[in-house]
Amino acid sequence: MTGHLLEFRNVVKRFGGVTALDDFSMTLDQSEILGLIGPNGSGKTTSFNVLTGIYGPTEGQVFFEGQEITGADPRAVYEAGIVRTFQRSRLCLSLSIYDNIMIGDTSRLVRGLWSNLISRRRLEEQLDMTRRQARDLVATFSGHLADRMDQPVGALPMIERRRIEICRALISGPRLLLLDEPSAGMTHDETHQLMDDILDVRARGEGLSIIIVEHEMGVIERITDRCIVLSYGRKIAEGTYAEVAADSEVQNAYLGAD
Amino acid sequence: MTDISLPQSQPSRPWISAAAVIVASGLYSWALLMAEETWQVLSLLVLAVVATGVAIKTGFVRRVERDWAASETRLNRLAFAVLIALILVLSGSHFALLMISTVLLYFVASLGLNIQFGFTGLVNFAGAAFFGAGAYTAAVLGNVLVIPPLLILLAGGLVAMAISLPLLIPIVRTTGHYAAVVTIAFGVLFRTFLEVNEILGGPQGLMVNSMKLFGWDFYNAPSLGNLEISFYLNYALLAAGLAALVFALFRRLERSWIGLHMDAVRLDETAAACFGISVKRTKILAFLLGNVILGVSGALYGMMISFIAPASFTFSDSLLLVSIVLLGGLGSPWGGAIAAAIVVLLPEKLQLLQEYRFLLFSILVMLVLLFRPEGILPRHLRNFFPNRRTDA
Ligand SMILES: Nc1ncnc2c1ncn2[C@@H]1O[C@H](COP(=O)(O)OP(=O)(O)OP(=O)(O)O)[C@@H](O)[C@H]1O
Ligand SMILES: [Mg+2]
Repeated sequence: MTGHLLEFRNVVKRFGGVTALDDFSMTLDQSEILGLIGPNGSGKTTSFNVLTGIYGPTEGQVFFEGQEITGADPRAVYEAGIVRTFQRSRLCLSLSIYDNIMIGDTSRLVRGLWSNLISRRRLEEQLDMTRRQARDLVATFSGHLADRMDQPVGALPMIERRRIEICRALISGPRLLLLDEPSAGMTHDETHQLMDDILDVRARGEGLSIIIVEHEMGVIERITDRCIVLSYGRKIAEGTYAEVAADSEVQNAYLGAD
Repeated sequence: MTDISLPQSQPSRPWISAAAVIVASGLYSWALLMAEETWQVLSLLVLAVVATGVAIKTGFVRRVERDWAASETRLNRLAFAVLIALILVLSGSHFALLMISTVLLYFVASLGLNIQFGFTGLVNFAGAAFFGAGAYTAAVLGNVLVIPPLLILLAGGLVAMAISLPLLIPIVRTTGHYAAVVTIAFGVLFRTFLEVNEILGGPQGLMVNSMKLFGWDFYNAPSLGNLEISFYLNYALLAAGLAALVFALFRRLERSWIGLHMDAVRLDETAAACFGISVKRTKILAFLLGNVILGVSGALYGMMISFIAPASFTFSDSLLLVSIVLLGGLGSPWGGAIAAAIVVLLPEKLQLLQEYRFLLFSILVMLVLLFRPEGILPRHLRNFFPNRRTDA
């Protein structure tokens, strides 16, 4: 048995002729922050998609907390405590900020028709509590929106939407958070602030682990404990940011891609 | 849509404008139902179109919507009271009461369809088949004396749900056009089945026994002194009660976890699944619940018109139901109520124009969708706690 929180064991993912992940193995420990970097098309998002059950892997296995979750459906992955944001933000634009974040918390809800439609005391307590949590999260990430929670998300600029997406991911109190280019489109200062906020929420709970895909190397350098570099679906380097940045193969991969 | 700021100073009775709209709508409905000459109907139509246009342009509609949201319970009750008053005032007229009841039952049916289509994004082009299944259930069970007729309504819903079970496979497994085509095929199949089935009366159809409630047979006209009262009064009142009940359930559904998850599934299935929402369960629930509601409304409709035939439950009737949902605005119950009134009343009221009435009707539908692509009254953002002033 592995003592790791997460383990990819020789995972391969092919899309027709394209091999998006090629014999990819990695581990992640409890409370660790891992940077996943690599040029465009190197398989970073695919590794998230395989992990969250959007695609089954072509070969290989995935373990979470010692349990095999290879090919588990997205719901089971969520229930195990893994949540994510999407590279191309996937919010419900016509719904309010409240609604969007509340969608992130579905584990211990009243499910039946009776308790949703007829006898609604528990339901209302839950709604109340989840709304409060949603509001607290927004207050952390986007203070000025906390009083405008009834606004449709579609009316917000892109960077606010990214923050809302992170709130949606965090509201369930996950074990592992997957961030797919969370700072895209943000300025340097905004990115800085966002990372501080994420670390802030993390410090309040116990032991949230994070995998972050990010093109902004300053962010990676600042917040990650360890980095993995992908190129054409293969892991070409692993270590602290300073170590992988000095790696000649990594430098070649980035130069070759540009 | 982006303007959500509340007015700085609230007038003392903010609901008054909305209340005025409700009363005006009641009076207008009365006038429209009483109008007999074509020119009267046409002038009323022009009046409605102009008034609506002005109300939209001047921002009055927005204001009424905002006030409505702030005093929802009170205004819903007023709307119900005005409806009952309208029914009582028109209690002497067979035709008016039949029209009101039909509008109400189509409205109820459209709420069922709205749970499927408006909330969950499941297209159902067999709405008339499930409505019809309810009506045929009422015809068959109505002859069995031991079954209390209120239970027959429920049975209509359950039968509609039962015959929709085979459709769950395509509904759950596929998305979009394919599932839509399957429902069309199902509707056609249902009608053909009725036509060749001797027990169900074949193409000639069946008689349906009237509703009986606590020993009172709805076939009898209530009597009140010398007043002439139509027996349709029974049905109009029961239909109003059913509409209020289903409306309340619809609202509760919208403001529950299930309703929230239906929206999530409609808007992004993959993201919904990544947050633990069971896409399959949500779709199944929406589809079955919607069909139960279609069946219940169909059962009462069958009892009311007392004679049903396969020709009453065709593909074009299904389209009519879908057009109510689209005209009213996806997921918008009040929009659906207005649309049901338009769709049912206009062709009836324009009888005199005979062959042109459907042309006129189609033009109106196209105009509405051209100028208000999101429907007459687009759905609002969800308000989980309508009776709370502010969020603590
Ligand atoms: N659903 C899919 N169907 C076919 N090919 C896919 C699919 N998803 C990813 N790919 C391919 O797999 C490869 C890896 O893509 P992926 O999105 O994982 O890269 P990435 O590292 O996230 O890149 P970026 O930095 O641009 O986001 C690419 O060649 C991509 O075209
Ligand atoms: Mg990517």
